[in-house]
Amino acid sequence: MSAVVENHNHHDDHHHGPKKGIMRWLTTTNHKDIGTLYLWFSFAAFLLGGAFAMGIRAELFEPGLQLMDPIRYNQLVTMHGLIMIFGGVMPAFVGLANWLIPLQIGAPDMAMPRMNNLSFWLLPTAFAILLSTAFMEGGMPGFGWTFYAPLSTNYPNVAYFVFAIHIMGASSIMGSINVIVTIMNMRAPGMTLMKMPLFVWSWLITAYLLIAVMPVLAGAVTMLLMDAYFGTSFFDAAGGGDPVLFQHVFWFFGHPEVYIMILPAFGITSHIISTFSRKPLFGHSSMVYAMVSIAVLSFVVWAHHMFTVGMPLVAELFFMWATMLIAIPTGVKVFNWCATIFKGSITYETPMLFSIAFVVLFTIGGFSGLMLAITPADFQYHDTYFVVAHFHYVLVPGAVFSIMAAVYYWLPKWTGNMYDEKMGRLHFWLSFAGVNITFFPQHFVGLAGMPRRYADYALQFAEWNAVSSVGAFLFGLSQLLFLYIVVKTVFAGKKATPQVWDGADGLEWTVDSPAPYHTFDVPPKVK
Amino acid sequence: MKNKLWALILYPVSFFMSADWLDINMPVGVTDISKEVFGLHMAIFFVVVAIGVVVFGVLFWSMWKYRRSNNKKPATFTENHTVEMLWTIIPTLILIAMAVPASITLKKIYDHEAEEGGIDIQVVGWQWKWQYKYLDEQVGNKPLSFFSNLTTPPDQYEFNRVEKTENYLLEVDEPVVIPVDTPVRFLITSNDVIHSWYMSDFAVKQDAIPGFINVAKTKVNVPGIYRGNCTELCGERHAYMPIVVKAVTQEEYEEWLQTKRDLAEQIAYLTEKEWTPNELLATGEEIYETRCAACHQTNGAGIAGFYPALAGSDVVMNDKAKQIEILMEGIRGSQMQSFAEQLNEVEMASVITFTRLAWGNERSGDGEIVIPKDIVEYKETNL
Repeated sequence: MSAVVENHNHHDDHHHGPKKGIMRWLTTTNHKDIGTLYLWFSFAAFLLGGAFAMGIRAELFEPGLQLMDPIRYNQLVTMHGLIMIFGGVMPAFVGLANWLIPLQIGAPDMAMPRMNNLSFWLLPTAFAILLSTAFMEGGMPGFGWTFYAPLSTNYPNVAYFVFAIHIMGASSIMGSINVIVTIMNMRAPGMTLMKMPLFVWSWLITAYLLIAVMPVLAGAVTMLLMDAYFGTSFFDAAGGGDPVLFQHVFWFFGHPEVYIMILPAFGITSHIISTFSRKPLFGHSSMVYAMVSIAVLSFVVWAHHMFTVGMPLVAELFFMWATMLIAIPTGVKVFNWCATIFKGSITYETPMLFSIAFVVLFTIGGFSGLMLAITPADFQYHDTYFVVAHFHYVLVPGAVFSIMAAVYYWLPKWTGNMYDEKMGRLHFWLSFAGVNITFFPQHFVGLAGMPRRYADYALQFAEWNAVSSVGAFLFGLSQLLFLYIVVKTVFAGKKATPQVWDGADGLEWTVDSPAPYHTFDVPPKVK
Repeated sequence: MKNKLWALILYPVSFFMSADWLDINMPVGVTDISKEVFGLHMAIFFVVVAIGVVVFGVLFWSMWKYRRSNNKKPATFTENHTVEMLWTIIPTLILIAMAVPASITLKKIYDHEAEEGGIDIQVVGWQWKWQYKYLDEQVGNKPLSFFSNLTTPPDQYEFNRVEKTENYLLEVDEPVVIPVDTPVRFLITSNDVIHSWYMSDFAVKQDAIPGFINVAKTKVNVPGIYRGNCTELCGERHAYMPIVVKAVTQEEYEEWLQTKRDLAEQIAYLTEKEWTPNELLATGEEIYETRCAACHQTNGAGIAGFYPALAGSDVVMNDKAKQIEILMEGIRGSQMQSFAEQLNEVEMASVITFTRLAWGNERSGDGEIVIPKDIVEYKETNL
């Protein structure tokens, strides 16, 4: 591949490999190693958060309290949300960013490799702190991942939660700075911004969103900490504070956060659909503009999570209209994907299956999102299982499916081995069935009025909850198959060519499979 | 043949249009607003279904038509400004068409003005029960007020020890009673954390927030018993604070008000009566089960880290005055509420007496009982 230029001022041999043993992983500054660490961390969190979800679904299999008291149930709901968001989806995308951004822009590594190491190792630290509450009197946080004050301010062990969030926030901000600096400064000659691959674009936008909102979250948890331990009354009405202020601050973070968890998925899907349609992506620039519009709009829609807090009419109208606007750029993206498939020459390998499912099921999640935007109807939907169905449709067959698609798509590049296609498809179909059996019935019980975060429920909801629980276990168990497939591919499998997929396009496919420890020591030229 | 085909198409449509698939759709409800909201819901639902049919139709057709075995040579086009414009403008028009009726309905919902002949009911969320205060109805010298507690017994929800009954988790000791065809304003607030008052049949969901009063106005058209829930996570027993509204005719409503006034007089009389420990114990145990056991547990052991034990507690065994004060005032910064408004003098004395005598507290402590007069005295010296 690329010829290595000897650099005499440099002590290290460019061909030096990684250190041996555990120290390789603790001290690594290599973007590929750190990407791998992030991805495995994310998978571990995915299994743990999934185990908590299984606990929730087992309890909800029938009405009544069978397996746990409501305190434990609330803890599982809270930790499931926190682990999946901050430990599962976000680190998975950061892992993909670490692996792929340097490869896709032709850079030798991330711009700040040591900070990169720190931002990863902060994550297990934060989760160790958060999970340590499980062994304390009072237990894990049980106030929902949204930690609304004043419920959270009087909760045991809230300081551990606050500290963990602070550390996760620091990790995310460092990661984002690294991504932005890398993309802005280290692109190969000739790669203008508009020529940048869409995954890189999606991460550039995501990184700006993270830098904008993580400090807001830090502010929210700090005020919470002050209220809980230092006698302030930011959110305590009895002391002149305002509980609604908490929700405004939280959702000003929370809504962009939702897009932080979906924008990289848009990038991934664009690559995969184009590859397996053997046709360039339709509307590359309109895809970029759509993502930028979604990111900008994400800052002016936060109060649609709060339609029932009693805001004045004008505010309700504004947030309803602004929220509906998001459907337009999102629609543009879906139409562009369809147009990419149109007149292609399509094959359906596992990554493509996951990506098509992403387009369809994410769109269904978008549809329920549009329904939720209609404020008068939201008075019925709000805080029911309809909302649970909605955000799981955009997050599980949305974000999570895109991550799985990405893993199958780039795994041959990472490991040098092809995964087992038959097993991959089996994993897809089981996951696809599991997701829909789990979450589609939740639309029904939600519309019929079943509130979310309920440990126990009225008899009329029993049948669909049982169905949903069966689906959840199907989905959960299928992920062990995913683990098996990935591990097997790491150690064995048909050797992958550098190109891997005949329709794939991009700099990462010009390096060997597996990608050498150091790539693009000499920047490639982009036409 | 053609008829059968139509029947096949129309059957699902009529199924979706009819209201008797309630278990999987939003209820139409019993107010003008709830009907309008249902209409909006179905309209947006059909809009998204139509978009879905078109988009997924094109997608699935292309997926099938342009599979590699059928189409070896992919096209190479990458852009078309006309279609990009089209699929920006058409959705925008659809959205405007949806936003207009939604905004009109929202404006109606936001008409919060008091009306001639209407009644105002203050709704207060507590962990984990609802309080209703009829601001226009005086009983004695205070507005009519009562608490609405879940009546489903723990045996039904804990480990399913007994068969669940029809209104499992949707039944309360005292429903809020309102007259039909009368504008009712619910003035919703909270005493502790945020709750949310959700009555699907009225299309009403308003958060109950400490320090705020949110207004929800409704006018029920059909008499009946309507059941709803708390919809904002409010702690442990979030799922156990249902809402029951009984909508009755104007005459029945007047009758009900009269019985509440009579009851108040009766309680005033009972307060003066001399009580024996056994009389108090029976009522006390009952009250303990519905009001206290959720946190302090039936065996008085509490939950470590959350709710202190009453069995063996020094205050409960030896400090009668302190115990009365805690029940009357609550403990600030903890989940222990003031029960001054929740329990009348007789109930308060009974439940304190019960805790002082139960679980071996009588043997280990001073074994003194509290009588209703003690509570009256406390109120006189402290209010």
